[in-house]
Amino acid sequence: MNILRLAWRNIIKNPLNLLMSIILFGLGVGLISFLLLFNSQLKEKFDKNLAEIDLVVGAKGSPLQMILCSMYHIDNPTGNISIKQAAPLLRNLHPLIKKAIPLSLGDNYKSFRIVGTNHDLVELYNGKLKEGNLWSADFEVTIGRAVADDTGLKLGDTFVSSHGFNEDDDMAHDHSSFKVVGILEGTGSVLDQLILTNTATIWLVHEHEEESGEEAAGQTHESHDHGDQSHDNSNADLLNHPEQEITSVLIQYKSRTNFQALNFGRNINENTEMQAASPAIEINRLYNMIGVGTDALRSLAILIAIVSALSIFISLFKSMRERKYELALIRVLGAGRTKVFALIILEGLILALIGFVIGSILSHIGMELVSKHLKADFRYSFTGWKWLTEEWFVFGVALLLGFVAAVIPAIQAAKTDINKTLSEK
Amino acid sequence: MISTHNLSYKYKGGADIVFPDVVCEEQDILLILGTSGVGKTTLLHLLGGILSIQKGSVNIAGTEISKLSDAGLDTFRGQNIGIIFQQNHFVDALTVLENVVLAQSLAGKKTDKKAAKQLLDRLNIGHKADKNVRDLSQGEKQRVAIARALINQPKLILADEPTSALDDTNCQEVLDLLHEQAKAAGSALIVVTHDTRLKDKIANRVILQTI
Repeated sequence: MNILRLAWRNIIKNPLNLLMSIILFGLGVGLISFLLLFNSQLKEKFDKNLAEIDLVVGAKGSPLQMILCSMYHIDNPTGNISIKQAAPLLRNLHPLIKKAIPLSLGDNYKSFRIVGTNHDLVELYNGKLKEGNLWSADFEVTIGRAVADDTGLKLGDTFVSSHGFNEDDDMAHDHSSFKVVGILEGTGSVLDQLILTNTATIWLVHEHEEESGEEAAGQTHESHDHGDQSHDNSNADLLNHPEQEITSVLIQYKSRTNFQALNFGRNINENTEMQAASPAIEINRLYNMIGVGTDALRSLAILIAIVSALSIFISLFKSMRERKYELALIRVLGAGRTKVFALIILEGLILALIGFVIGSILSHIGMELVSKHLKADFRYSFTGWKWLTEEWFVFGVALLLGFVAAVIPAIQAAKTDINKTLSEK
Repeated sequence: MISTHNLSYKYKGGADIVFPDVVCEEQDILLILGTSGVGKTTLLHLLGGILSIQKGSVNIAGTEISKLSDAGLDTFRGQNIGIIFQQNHFVDALTVLENVVLAQSLAGKKTDKKAAKQLLDRLNIGHKADKNVRDLSQGEKQRVAIARALINQPKLILADEPTSALDDTNCQEVLDLLHEQAKAAGSALIVVTHDTRLKDKIANRVILQTI
């Protein structure tokens, strides 16, 4: 019967008090650690997908939308730009540019985006082939890990795409049949969610669409054989089709600190029909927008945590009065002041510990549920089964709160005048 | 076993309470009689190391308790003095047996559930060992309090008004029980009371009077 057990027995003696304290405490801790989990994973996703891209150039519109669309693939394009417009970027001559990766978006398969680009994109996200090859001929695709896992597509499989970003059977392009030639290993980046092909394939799909539209019903429809057309994957090849369009260009500078590089984006915005945006700046803007919400939630969580500490304080303080004789008795039986102090502190710490454990369990389960939802909506995978270093910090703060809540009652208990208490009848 | 010398105590703003010297040997029983307000409880608390000694000395089994530090007194009290209060307080969250074991643990001794159970059996409340103390009758509670006071085989047992709430039959029974158990444990027993029924039952006595 050491004091730890005694503290525990005292706590479970009052199940209602216990429940009240740990529900409040668990709620505060749960909310805080949920925010930590969510923010850290969101930031990790965004950061991983930044992939050292310095600038995105696309059609004029919302720069944030362009970034979200071109880099995170969670929004629609702002429009298209012509190869002619983008030519200065795509030529290998530009002194500032190390890499310029064209992106053409449009179709999807089972809500996974089909992206026309070159092999540099794979390199950018450190993608490695798990099976097969990277795409070379038209209508050949290499798919990301998540695409393979979710759709069950295998090497050599063929599929038809549907138009736009959202899956819609009515809009299936039934004549454009893609063939899987490679599957990438998981990278944890947006690459996992993409179906990659060459830029020309995207053009062919849409030419086809326009042709089908032009052909009146009843007219014979010549079947298109895509096999005989083949495009080089290089930017140089794109320049041979100045009239064609792409969605955007991802740009990596040779040197980020170059003074001219700093003005490069502004020049594009001021002097061309295109828009340039820096992912780092736009994502920061996004954080700040989300930040207002998370700040409010965090304040609420802190408030709940303080209220819960207060409730622990009140319940300990109240029990201190009820247990006045009990504490005097414990002293008479040989417990020193420090032992009585430790007893009450332990009660506070145990309450905080239980609250913390419950809060943590809640937040991780909550995160897992939210991640299922996010996955369905955005194809972004989050997880609740992850322990952050920051949670140890929350643990420390929780114990500190438990200690602070218990310290006044504990001092009072330690100061009890046993003679006086026992003389009162 | 216990002896006091020139003991007196002064509460803030009150007069000096001077106590007669008290001596009690092991296995003996001493009655301290007095009406309300003469300082019976004060004396009991002084003897029990609950109230620190201002003037005079209290020697228990060779230890001068006025010379002990606060913490030293706590330990000494836990190990060497068993006190039975007029109103029996227990730790509500614990069972009868656990309350007795707690006394061992707080005195810094090895807990021995078997010994505690045997003691409860000897006091005829072994069958209530796993009950909560709240569910016991007053008489049963007093037996548990006696068991708790005895468990560490203290040098001195102090009993504060152990019989005032009891009828004659039970009064005699409790007194016998106390004496018998104190003898078995080799302790000195001091009973502090205003219950004059005990006067004829115990030869060795000190009477407190207001001066």
